[in-house]
Amino acid sequence: MANAKRITLDRRKVVARVLRDRGDALLITGLGAPSFDAMAAGDSLNNFYVWSGMGSAVPFGLGLACAQPGRRVLTVTGDGEMLMGLGSLATVAVQRPANFAVVVIDNQRYGETGGQLTHTEFGVDIPAMAKGAGFREVATVYTNAELEEAVPLILKGEGPVFVTVKVRPEPAKIVLPPRDGPMMRHRFRANLLGEG
Amino acid sequence: MAKAPIPTRKQQPWADPVHGVLRDFDIRQMAYVPDGGHARLIGLCLADPKMRSVLLTTEEEGVAQMAGAWLGGQRGVFLTQSGGVGNCINMLSVIQECRIPLLALVSMRGQWGETFPWQVPMGQGTQAALEAANVIVKHVDEADQVAETVRAAAAMAFNTSRAVAVVVSQRLTETGGRG
Repeated sequence: MANAKRITLDRRKVVARVLRDRGDALLITGLGAPSFDAMAAGDSLNNFYVWSGMGSAVPFGLGLACAQPGRRVLTVTGDGEMLMGLGSLATVAVQRPANFAVVVIDNQRYGETGGQLTHTEFGVDIPAMAKGAGFREVATVYTNAELEEAVPLILKGEGPVFVTVKVRPEPAKIVLPPRDGPMMRHRFRANLLGEG
Repeated sequence: MAKAPIPTRKQQPWADPVHGVLRDFDIRQMAYVPDGGHARLIGLCLADPKMRSVLLTTEEEGVAQMAGAWLGGQRGVFLTQSGGVGNCINMLSVIQECRIPLLALVSMRGQWGETFPWQVPMGQGTQAALEAANVIVKHVDEADQVAETVRAAAAMAFNTSRAVAVVVSQRLTETGGRG
């Protein structure tokens, strides 16, 4: 099963576009390149970069979305990280958080380990899995026009929302987010809750 | 939604007081994989309008769920059978590195009078696995000590930002079910 459509989008521009209009949305990023993309778009006290626990980005975001129903919560992660936690799509669908959106930046590669192919390169369709799990809104984005349609869905659509954005495989320059865990969780909670 | 029958108070007498402790600590999310040993406590939490019950597909999701909840200002409790502890090892690195509190309740299999051989390896390895992941372990094997142990574990977890697991002996988790 080959991917018939051409992949032209640049991951860094995609993430910057999604986050441009985020307002006070809370953001959890999956380990690896999506964290670098979010950092490149501009660090924020509303960002929490998860550096380990591959497969944790979606349940991490779900826990946050359940705790903060009045705020938009985004998980931005990669295809490899998402593949390691596919069951969490079922968990999200059962909870049906209206304020939660998952964005998978899908380069069809394990970027941090040398660019080995992931399952999506062979046609595995993660959005179809999200649809099957019961996400309210699901989209796959290949073009800038489709991205412009998806951004309002990601930032304001009634969730749970799942969007895969297909991006070119070339790695972008590493822009390192903070790596100190206690500092990050303290600043996130201090900003959100007024307590560390 | 059809409901599975839950063990009676007589079968799992520690569950009701533990639920009371969870209420005392304002626990707002309960993440679980269905489990016979925790069945009464799970049933009490499911019926509690102040708690959101989060049905997981695999236990490691629960560790991340609890971390997200706490970042968002809610306390949670994570219920797992001993077999699920092995699934959590890598995910526990997140809360360890970030000093995020975790309150876990572990119901034992493969430990006390186990008759099913395939439960024994993970049951015998549960405490070592938790300790390898730097989780503080409080073992309890008397029914009237479960609630006070959970109270101590919760106080420690949420006040010192540590991962604390209360391991409930298989002596106390007989259900008549198969798991």
